[in-house]
Order: sequence, then C-alpha cells, then structure tokens
Amino acid sequence: MAKIVVDVMLKPEILDPQGKAVAAALPRLGFTFAKDVRQGKRFEIEVDGQPSAAQLAEVEKAAEKLLSNPVIETFTVRVEK
Amino acid sequence: MKIGVVTFPGTLDDRDAARAVRHAGGHAVSLWHNDADLHGVDAVILPGGFSYGDYLRCGAISRFSPVMEPIIAAAQNGMPLLGICNGFQVLAEAHLIPGALTRNHALHFICKDQKLVIENNQTAWTSAFAEKEEIVIPLKNGEGAYMCDDETLAMLEGEGRIIARYVGENPNGSRNLIAGVTNERGNIVGLMPHPEHAIDSLTGPTADGLGFFTSVLKALAAGRVK
Amino acid sequence: MALDTVAQAIAKPDAEQPFAELGLKPDEYARIKEILGRRPTSSELAMYSVMWSEHCSYKSSKIHLKQFGEKAVKTDALLVGIGENAGVVDVGQGYAVTFKIESHNHPSFIEPYQGAATGVGGIVRDILTMGARPIAVMDPLRFGPADAADTKRVLPGIVAGIGGYGNCLGLPNIGGEVVFDETYLGNPLVNALCVGVMKHSDIKLAKAAGAGNLVVLYGAKTGGDGIGGVSVLASETFESKGPAKRPAVQVGDPFVEKVLIECSLEIFAEDLVVGIQDLGGAGLSCATSELASGGSGGMKVQLDKVPLRDPSLSPEEILMSESQERMCAIVEPSKIARFLEICDKWDVTVTVIGEVTNGNHLEITWNGELIVDVPPRTVAHDGPVYQRPFAEPAYIKQVAAEQIDVPLAASAAEIRNTVLTLVATPNLADKSWITSQYDKYVQGNTIQAQPDDSGMVRIDEDTHLGVAISTDANANWSYLNPYEGAKLALAEAARNIATAGAKPLAVTNCLNFGSPEDPGVMWQFAESVRGLADGCVEMGLPVTGGNVSFYNQTGSTAILPTPVIGVLGVIDDVRTRTPMSFSKAGLELYLLGETRADLAGSEWAYLHGQRGGKAPHADLKKELHLIDLLVAGRTKKIFTAAHDVSQGGLSATLTEMVLRNNVGATVECENVGIALVSETPGRVVVAVDPSQRASLEKEAAAHEIALTYLGTTGGDKLVINGAEISLDELRIAHTQTFSKLFG
Repeated sequence: MAKIVVDVMLKPEILDPQGKAVAAALPRLGFTFAKDVRQGKRFEIEVDGQPSAAQLAEVEKAAEKLLSNPVIETFTVRVEK
Repeated sequence: MKIGVVTFPGTLDDRDAARAVRHAGGHAVSLWHNDADLHGVDAVILPGGFSYGDYLRCGAISRFSPVMEPIIAAAQNGMPLLGICNGFQVLAEAHLIPGALTRNHALHFICKDQKLVIENNQTAWTSAFAEKEEIVIPLKNGEGAYMCDDETLAMLEGEGRIIARYVGENPNGSRNLIAGVTNERGNIVGLMPHPEHAIDSLTGPTADGLGFFTSVLKALAAGRVK
Repeated sequence: MALDTVAQAIAKPDAEQPFAELGLKPDEYARIKEILGRRPTSSELAMYSVMWSEHCSYKSSKIHLKQFGEKAVKTDALLVGIGENAGVVDVGQGYAVTFKIESHNHPSFIEPYQGAATGVGGIVRDILTMGARPIAVMDPLRFGPADAADTKRVLPGIVAGIGGYGNCLGLPNIGGEVVFDETYLGNPLVNALCVGVMKHSDIKLAKAAGAGNLVVLYGAKTGGDGIGGVSVLASETFESKGPAKRPAVQVGDPFVEKVLIECSLEIFAEDLVVGIQDLGGAGLSCATSELASGGSGGMKVQLDKVPLRDPSLSPEEILMSESQERMCAIVEPSKIARFLEICDKWDVTVTVIGEVTNGNHLEITWNGELIVDVPPRTVAHDGPVYQRPFAEPAYIKQVAAEQIDVPLAASAAEIRNTVLTLVATPNLADKSWITSQYDKYVQGNTIQAQPDDSGMVRIDEDTHLGVAISTDANANWSYLNPYEGAKLALAEAARNIATAGAKPLAVTNCLNFGSPEDPGVMWQFAESVRGLADGCVEMGLPVTGGNVSFYNQTGSTAILPTPVIGVLGVIDDVRTRTPMSFSKAGLELYLLGETRADLAGSEWAYLHGQRGGKAPHADLKKELHLIDLLVAGRTKKIFTAAHDVSQGGLSATLTEMVLRNNVGATVECENVGIALVSETPGRVVVAVDPSQRASLEKEAAAHEIALTYLGTTGGDKLVINGAEISLDELRIAHTQTFSKLFG
C-alpha cells in the first residue's frame, strides 16, 4: 500500500485572499516569522502496492482534470514513503 | 418555447429561474442532473446555488454530471445556454467559458443589489437590453471573483465578449469588473448576478432581470440563434 | 470494555457507574434504578443522562411553562400546539405555517462558526419534520460590547456560520436582531428561528404508531460529534477560564441537509411516513424514545445497523451522538421500497434500524444482545420535574428607586449630538455588514427583510397570501421588571408585525436566562413566563412552542434575563403591505401613541451608564387598538409608510425612515429632549398623503390612539425643531460603525 499526495496551489499571479488573511492573523497572535502565506489543498490518495510510472501518469491526468482547475491552479504529485 | 432548468444536488435557484422563464412567457422544463436527456428543450439554464456543497471547487463535480454531456454538445451546436452564479462556475469548470471564479477578495459572502452595465447586447441572452443599459439585479455569492490570465483578458476585451460589468465599487475582486462573459458564438453566457431575482419590484429590487429571459425567447422565436 | 447488557446489569447490580460525570444527580440516578427495578446498563444511563438534562427535559422550567397551555385562549387557528417539534397555525386558503425559535448559545461561544451553523441546521430540521418546506430563517443575536476582544472573536464566526449554513440551504434570512451589552460578554446568545409552509393535509407528527411498522434512519452517517452536547454543554455554566469544552461541539454540512430537505419533501408528498422525528439534541436517544412514547409505546432497535462514519464508536456514544442532518421515520412495510428509492435518487444514506412493537418498551440490541430495555415515556417525558426555589432578588427594589439623570437636548447643537450619537451606537447603527452576508432573495418570495420591522414572505404566488414574523426582546426592561418586560417584548413583536399591516396570529419564544439554581434568576424566569402567558391571553395569541436556554452565565454572574419573543402574523395580500418608509416629498408625518418620559432601560440611559429605574407598564389593550389601527390603515389605504418606535426612540425611527429611500423630513416635537430618546412603547410613526389626513384622524379616534402631527417629508436633511442634519452626515454616522469595528 502506498500514499500518493497531490498538492494543489493557486497560481502565483492569482490573488489568494485566504492566504492573506492567515498572514495578517499570525502577527496578531505573536508569530512574526512569516513574510507571506499562501493557502492550498492537499489530496491523500491510498493505492495498492507501489505505483508505477504509468499509474503516476494517471494520477497526474486526474489532478489536471478534477483535483485542480488548471486555469488558476498548479499541482505537484509525489509518493509518500 | 421550452427552456430547460437543471437541478444538481444542492442547486437552490432552479425554481426561481423557472419562475422567471414563465414570467417572460416561456415554458420551463425541469432537467435532473442524472438524466442525460434534454427532453427537447430549446435552451438551458444552469441556475445558482451550492451544487455538491461547493465540494472540491464550485461547480467542479456538477460539470461531470450525465446531463452536462448533451448540454455541452447542444451548446457547441449553438443552443443558448445561460449559467447563473453557480451555473457560471459550472460553465467555467467545463471550459465552455474562459476564466475561473474564485473566492471573493473580502472573504465574505455578499448579498446586495448590484448595478450592472450591459456591455454586449448581441448575445442570445442580452438582446433585449440597450447598449450600455444600466440595470440593478441582486448579486449574492462567496466565490464570484472572475479571474483569467492577461492574454485571455485581452482577448475578451478585444472581442467584446464581456457582456456585463459591475458599476461602482468592485463587489468581489473580479478582473476589470467583469460580471458576465460570453463565448465566441454568443449563445453561451456566464453571469454572476441573479436576474431571476429581479423580475418584479415586489420580490426584487427591480424587474430589470426579466430582460435576460425575454432575450432568449425572442431569439428562439426569430429562429435566429447566433 | 465488555458490553454492558441488561443481563449484565442484573448479574452485576453493584457496578460503579459514572452518573455524575454524565450530569446526573444522585437522586436522579436512584430514580432510574427505581424505574427499571435494577441498575441501568451503561447505554441506558447514557440515554437517561442526555434526555434528563436541563436542555432536553426542561426539568426546571416545566412547571412554569405549563401556563402557556393552561392559560391559553382556545383558537381554531392552532393546529398543532406545544409538545411537538414545532407549533402549526392555520393561515387560511388551506395553508398551515409552522415556526419555532431555538437557542444554540453555548456551542456558539465554544466554536462560533459551527455552533451557529448547527443551530440553524437544527431549527430547520424541526420545521421540516412537521412536514413543511422551510421557507425562511431569522436570527436574534446578542453579544458583549462591540469593541470587546471576545466579541471580535465570536461575532464574525457566528455571522459567517449562520450565512454559510442558511445560504447553502437556500433559505432567505428575513430578519433578526443584533444587540450588544456587557451582560453577554462570555455568554453570546444565538437564537435561530425557522418558518415553513405546507397544506393542512401535510402535517406530520412525531409518533411511532402501528406494530410492525419500520423504524428508518436516514441522512448523514453517525459520528462522534457533539457527544453529550446537551448534558455537558447546555446544562452547566462555563468556568471563567474560557472555551475548553471543545470535543462536544457538533459539525454541520449544509449540503447534506439541503439534500435531506428535498428528499424528505418528496417522501412526504407521496405520503410514505406514519411519523417522523429529526435527530437534534440527544440524537438517537431522543428520536427513539420520543417516537416510541408518542405512538403505540413499543419499539425494537438494532443499534448495530446505524451507519457510522467512525467505526470505533461504542453503543453509548452512538446513542449520545449529535451528528447533524439525520432524521428518523416510521414507515409501513408496504411503503419502504418507494422510500428507499427516493433516498437512492438523492443519494441519501438510509437504513432500517428497527420496528414498532406492541407493548410499552423501547428495546435496543447491539449485535443481538439487549443493551437497552426501558419504558420510553420515562426517558422522553417523565423526566425529573424540579420545583426550583425562587425569590425576588434584592436588586429589584434597589433599581426601581434609582432616578435616571441624563442630559436632554434643547439647543440645535444638542439635538444634533443626541441623534448622531444614538444612530452611531452599535445597537442602533446600520447592520448591513452582518445582513449582507445573508441571502435574502433565494426562493423568490421575500417581500420584507432587514432592516424592515418584520420579515415577510409570500406563500401563494397567485393569491399573494403572506406571513410576517418579528422577534424582539428587551433585556433592560426584563431586568427591571421581568413580568412587564415579557409583556412589552410580546407587544413589540406584535406591533412590528402590524406596522406592515399584517395581523398577529401566534407566538414562539426563546427564553435565555442564567442558572436556575440561583433563586433570583429563577424568579426572573417565573415572572417572565407569567408575564408572557398573561400577555398572550390578553392579546389573544397562542404560544405554539419555544425553547428554554438556562445556564447562560460565567461563574456566578447571570446574563440579564432575555426572553426573546417571536410573533407570526398573516397578510391577505403582500402587495398591499405598508412599507417602512416613504419615497415622496410632501407627505405628512404623524406619531401614533403617546410619548412619556420612559428613559429607564433606554439606549440613551445605557450610554450614560444608567441601568436602573422603572420599566414602562405594558398596556396591552392599547397595543391591540394600535394593531387594529395599523391593519385598518393598510386595508383602507391610509398609510403610505409606517415604522415602529422602540430602542433609540424617535431619533432612531426618523433616521431609519429618511435614510431608507434617501428622502428627508422636517419635524417639530414638543419636549424634544424627551421625544428624541424616550422609549415609551405602543408608538408608530406613519407617513400619509395629505388627502388622507381626515381619514387618519377619524381612524385614530375610532381606535382611541393618540395622534400627534410631526411634520413633512422631503429635502435632503433631517430637520428636528430647527436643528439640521444632512442626510449625508446622518448616513455616515449610521453606516460606518460596523466596518470600523469588524473590518
């Protein structure tokens, strides 16, 4: 069994008001480390066995078609050990 | 004239859209998301609401419903198709309209009577309006900020495919105050505000919204669908 | 842990049980053993603990609430009274309207968004379960001071939660209140109202009748949310340390509820249920015991059939779970196939979990072993009834003796200052920051919404029949005189219905108080209920149901007594309603009703740090005359506009009228200092065309209501006794408060 993780983020040029709200809230709570914050989505997909390259390509296709909106989002796919 | 009004699980403004069709003089036909049959309708409305609870992204799951297949095919053949609010989001997810709708920049759901200017009255859904006519119809959404890349924006502006713009303060962060967009052919329109809630001044701010529905009936009756 | 079965309970009678941790007192535990003739199993203990909690059993309030039934006027309009999920009234043309208000105070303090959201979800299901389509919601909200840190913590989340859930359900939000007062710091009040409509023949009741009929659970799967929510949260006060009781908050999914509503309405339309109950506070414990006691008396349930989203839940936890969006229906075997088909169409999880039996026992098994065997009435209806001691607290006589000493405007500068100060305070300022987060248009039948005096919805598109609803409370007056305070709130809500020209028909209530273990609080409660019951008799309005929320206090400081009264009214043609304000110049403005120096409990007194004095006396006979006058003013087409005078006195009323359509007014008042700030009840400002003056005078005289000419409409200013405030200046003062406070 393996876990495939797909991370989806808004493209850099798209305004992220939620990320901005988080960035504004952090210093109010005393956390001053953040220069900027952007908020995205993480999908954890359980599969049987270790995925092959072909299967990962399928996941990429699914990420492009459903898990993300390519007009405004980008994604990465990786297998979690 | 039969206008189909689609109901997805979570659709909210379907009955209101049907009422608007009737007030405009048309016959509203209810279309179920799971039924891949358009039942002979002449045009289709994807109404507002929170289909599938806005899970994943607004409209992201609805666009794959069985009913969408014949709708997309018919629309590509010129059938008039109007997406209101959540319906606009479905059209964008289905790539029938360029761009995408994202979270309102102020992060709040906003319901207000919104002034619009009609920029393009040549589409199947806006022909009843005069050019640059200003109307007031309700805007109510949490994810209404229209986004697209610079190239798309230039194309839309250049080709006059922005059918309506917000007048005054930008209510949600949409690029270039875009409230509605059409496809190349002018039969598919995505509109963020809700014309079905402005069909009389008893229940809405004005009756300005009726024009969207009379437009399509007129276009269909004339046998002229661009 | 081994399963604690009935057999085990008999075999091991002396096993130690954590009844105290579950909120039961020793005498209550002893009573359960007496009822069962043995110790309860852990599942039975769980059921009794949640169902006998204050929130579910009303043990402290029952003896007082009886008055609503005992004193009630008999009226044919009341189709379903107190005791069911919600009351139902006949509104004519074959329509029945059901409405109710409920509280979700403590969860909203802990988790503002979900607390408020699930509050909306719960009240909507109560309406749905009566067989009605929910058509609107309203929400009276009360917070600590607007600039307090904790208010900034809870308010945005609560508003977002109400909007997030209600908007997603497709229910227009047609009104409510927002009140700020230091008394609510640490104890915000989130009361949620829902109204639904159906035909008389559609009314459904919560009873399991007919042995052999199936018990069907449908809706969301059951998880670990809100376990013990009612007993742990709503029946105890907070420790002053703050929001630590996290695990017991329920989490809602409005999409699931929207689908549940549509699915249920289709099921109802095909007449597929014999009885139905929603799962709210105390979840399955409540639904099974109430359905069983409402019907033949017997039920068998296989608890292991309940579909779970968390497979690790124990039977006790399943029985206490408050997972949202679940309903329990009683279905005849011949109809179950169609029932399942409709659920399948809407993709709603549905499971047959038991059947109705003869006899009078509720038997629940877990994988074949009997874990619950109780007489359902003892769980659902025969809970403990307390005779809590109550006594007039010392403060009552002390505050009554206090003299109000506030500045009263005389000069133009003082008049301007009074008005501009009042209309900018958080309690009176424009609330669009909040209300624009709510959809008021969905369903296309909203005729009036905030900031109108009442919410109004059309229920028949052809005849234009409509209903109007208003919720009101005045904690300041209830504090000074709980008996009068309740009557005054009732009168205000009824008056707010009548200004549009609707006729009040029925009452609901949400009684928010401190701890019933405090004799002073209990006295406030007893007096408020007595006042409301007497008031309803005088006004001829039945109480159809409501809700009690006790333990709204932090440590030993209770909130001011806050009985929220909701009144529903009917209007035969919504097109003829009297709007709140005018759009024309040249109309004449009049004040209906007498003004006296009623400053005690007023917003102006509060701003000057004075909370004492004598509350006004409620003259309900006069209020009834005023209501009749307001209805006559609509039907005889005398009024162009009508707006209630309440908090903020004439200053608030006139400001709201001129800003509504941006048409000014010029008025002259006697005793302007008092006139601007007094909150004497029983008053309305009306605008009439000069041609209607004679008719107005005649009607006012006929109804014995004092009539005072104020002035005329028109211009771009509000002019009071020569003092001028431009509409722009007024608008800036009135509309910037909330964005300055909350961003």
